[in-house]
Amino acid sequence: MVAAIIKEIALQKEYLLGKPLQSVYFGGGTPSLLEIKDLELIFDAIHQHHSLAADAEITLEANPDDLTIQKLKDLSKTAINRLSIGTQSFFEEDLKWMNRAHTSQEAKTCIQAAQDQGFDNLTIDLIYGTPTTTNKMWEQNIQTAIDLNIAHLSCYCLTVEPNTALDHFVKKGIKEAVDEEKSAQQFEILMQQTVEAGYEHYEISNFAKPNCHARHNSNYWLGASYLGLGPSAHSFNGDSRQWNIANNAKYINAIEEGLLPFEKEQLTPDQQYNEYILTALRTKWGCQLQKISTWGLGYEQYFLKTVEPYLKEELIQKNEQTYTLTSKGKLLADRIAMELFI
Amino acid sequence: MKNIRNFCVIAHIDHGKSTLSDRLLEFTQTISERKMQNQALDDMDLERERGITIKSHAIQMYFNHSNGEKYTLNMIDTPGHVDFSYEVSRSIAACEGALLLVDASQGVQAQTISNLYLAIENDLEIIPVLNKVDMESAMIEEMSDQLIDLIGCKKEDIILASGKTGIGIEDILNEVVAKVPAPSGSVDLPLQAVIFDSMFNSYRGIIAYFRIINGTLRKGDKVLFMNTDSQYTADEVGILQMDQVPQKELHAGNVGYIVTGVKVSKEIKVGDTITTVENPAAEAVQGYEDVKPMVFAGIFPIDNDDFEDLRDSLEKLQLNDASLVFEPETSVALGFGFRCGFLGMLHLEIIQERLSREFDQDVITTIPNVSYLAYTTKGAELKVNTPADLPDPTQMDRVDEPWIVAQVITKPEYIGSIMTLAMEKRGSLTNQHYLTPERVELSFDLPLAEIVFDFYDRLKSISRGYASFDYSPKEYRTADLVRLDIKLNGESVDALSALVHRTKAATFGRRICKRLKELLPRQQFQIAIQAAIGGKVVARETISALRKDVTAKCYGGDISRKRKLLEKQKKGKKKMRQIGNVEVPQKAFLQVLKLD
Repeated sequence: MVAAIIKEIALQKEYLLGKPLQSVYFGGGTPSLLEIKDLELIFDAIHQHHSLAADAEITLEANPDDLTIQKLKDLSKTAINRLSIGTQSFFEEDLKWMNRAHTSQEAKTCIQAAQDQGFDNLTIDLIYGTPTTTNKMWEQNIQTAIDLNIAHLSCYCLTVEPNTALDHFVKKGIKEAVDEEKSAQQFEILMQQTVEAGYEHYEISNFAKPNCHARHNSNYWLGASYLGLGPSAHSFNGDSRQWNIANNAKYINAIEEGLLPFEKEQLTPDQQYNEYILTALRTKWGCQLQKISTWGLGYEQYFLKTVEPYLKEELIQKNEQTYTLTSKGKLLADRIAMELFI
Repeated sequence: MKNIRNFCVIAHIDHGKSTLSDRLLEFTQTISERKMQNQALDDMDLERERGITIKSHAIQMYFNHSNGEKYTLNMIDTPGHVDFSYEVSRSIAACEGALLLVDASQGVQAQTISNLYLAIENDLEIIPVLNKVDMESAMIEEMSDQLIDLIGCKKEDIILASGKTGIGIEDILNEVVAKVPAPSGSVDLPLQAVIFDSMFNSYRGIIAYFRIINGTLRKGDKVLFMNTDSQYTADEVGILQMDQVPQKELHAGNVGYIVTGVKVSKEIKVGDTITTVENPAAEAVQGYEDVKPMVFAGIFPIDNDDFEDLRDSLEKLQLNDASLVFEPETSVALGFGFRCGFLGMLHLEIIQERLSREFDQDVITTIPNVSYLAYTTKGAELKVNTPADLPDPTQMDRVDEPWIVAQVITKPEYIGSIMTLAMEKRGSLTNQHYLTPERVELSFDLPLAEIVFDFYDRLKSISRGYASFDYSPKEYRTADLVRLDIKLNGESVDALSALVHRTKAATFGRRICKRLKELLPRQQFQIAIQAAIGGKVVARETISALRKDVTAKCYGGDISRKRKLLEKQKKGKKKMRQIGNVEVPQKAFLQVLKLD
């Protein structure tokens, strides 16, 4: 697989038009399983075929149980300068409910060990809305993260995706469904507590200390180009999106033959506009009228017309030519985006 | 004429009428085995699928009897459902004999009995046939006893048959020849031919099927349809075999078809009498009725742009179904559509399904109601076919509603629960009659309005399927009728208004409100669903405001997945109907009545 990914890096060297890479993100699955030498090989390939900005953000996703002190030491010697630790919760009952392999103590220890090894730019995932999570526990989870002085938090509401095991259990009544009211309350707790602690709520699920925004993820929302490598990875170049085949074996076989096994969709102006609304509205940068006008006057007029009732209801606020969600609006981001769609 | 036999088949749905008919056609070589498509007589797909004959047909067979004579047998198929009882009665009136076909495992059903009574009233010779005797579940002894009790025949008169294996087919033909009287009319009298069915052909217009009682009908004759008082030319006359076979003339006793170039089904009425202009009959054959629709409902296109297409489709359906009536109707909630009249609930369902299958028209059907008569304080009589027609209570003297006589045949153990159901439906038992110790016939007087909602389904479930049902209209009686309005955040949804009996209004209202609560999507504000009579709220449900609707993760591939999902929602939203500030999906209109 590593060989295939390295080969794909070479095959895709034109995709980003030679612009210097601002960020690299190892994510999806458990990339912390990669051995250091594999990481080195991948970096070599990146350097060979692309140019990496000097201050590029290079993140590795990891589970607390994978990050031993030795592993952290080794990682600190690589180009990786940011870790995303899948913490989920600091409570045993939550972790158990989510079927996680680590304990809350392991999570705390691992975070501190990472910081000891010089990884100051840490991000952790926390989950709320879980049936086992009370509002009180959720407040404590956030407080623990704040106390650990973590630079960046990604806090996700538990989502039951269709056709997953969890979905199946919920439908069968084996597991409890997500309580909308409780999720809403916990989202409100989250917004208040993080802001008070000096984090900026810069995207629906993301909170950062000053200058600690995830540059990589922010680029998704700002519509920048990105190249995804490996099975199932998505790439985007502004007006078309492509995604690699999901099957590992088929992916490797194709790459070995020098083929890029992806499907591609060309986004129509309407689809580009809709994606822009969907992603930009979730961020502190908001929807920019100037950007909307690049699709044409019709789009601008449509936006102004459809956004009007939301301004009145104070779900959206306007600052000069920028439209962002209010705290109230953030609870209904999907609904509002849908209403603003073409 | 002495070698003609006209007979029909009286049978319950699923008792094997169509299959048995096919065997008769095969045996008489009217149709070759190779050409045979199962159930040749049911030529609408829908009929074949549902296994019921919706419209009657007729076919002529030639039978070479062992006595050396050749007989012409006209078999007239009869529709097998309660909504079409008038058409059945006209088919029966065109015959001298009837095969009483009973499934040897299921026994006699209500539908069969009421048609049998009709046949007996018309002096038809009844030939009892037990069908499906080859089945393991056949109870020949018991079912023979039932038939003996029912028509007073002898055990040896009963023919044991199987449409599947062909047992008894020749016996049936022999018995028809032996027992059914030859027609008794006269060729010399002025023409009297009674229409028992009609069909539409896109090239030839309406083709009427008739039985000649007296006289002769020739190609080219100027003919008069006596009840509608219209004149036409007999462009073509002929007999009905697997195809239409043109003839120069047809005589008394025979069954045939006529093509007059008429394009509109309304001009040709089942039960009407055809005579000649030159030598007209003194009077029409008795028994003609102008069939009136009993059940009305609004039919609306899902997409308002399809209104003209819907009109076209309804017009085409009307060409071969004169009992369907419609006129334009406007609804605030649903836009432009049609108020349609049907013979009954099955007829409504058939029309809905044919619109979908044959014309690709998916429609929203509003709450059906029966046809009421309202009398104003000034003494005017008004037909009320839609809730909006009901006069203001202050100007209304009274409303009358149609009642029916209903027959239910069931097993004795279900009498109690069926009576409870009938009483709940405002009915009263008028007669209870044991056909056999295991089979009882119950007669009820019931308001027709009460069988429009969930009556069949409930009857079926409380009797575990062991109850059959038939009805005929009886009279109008005064009813304590109210209009129940459904409101969303205070705004009336006209398409959901219903005419209901006052005692049923609250229960009905609660059910609709509860169902709507399940069907309406939550919005950013709370939605009050109310059922009200005038200003008085009788039921209420509340849909809480949408509290949170936001995706947690939105990176890379999530973006296009989420965009597609929201685009789909947006598309669905565009099709929603706006009632005040509440958005109502079409699904809600479609499913609100499925009160299970």
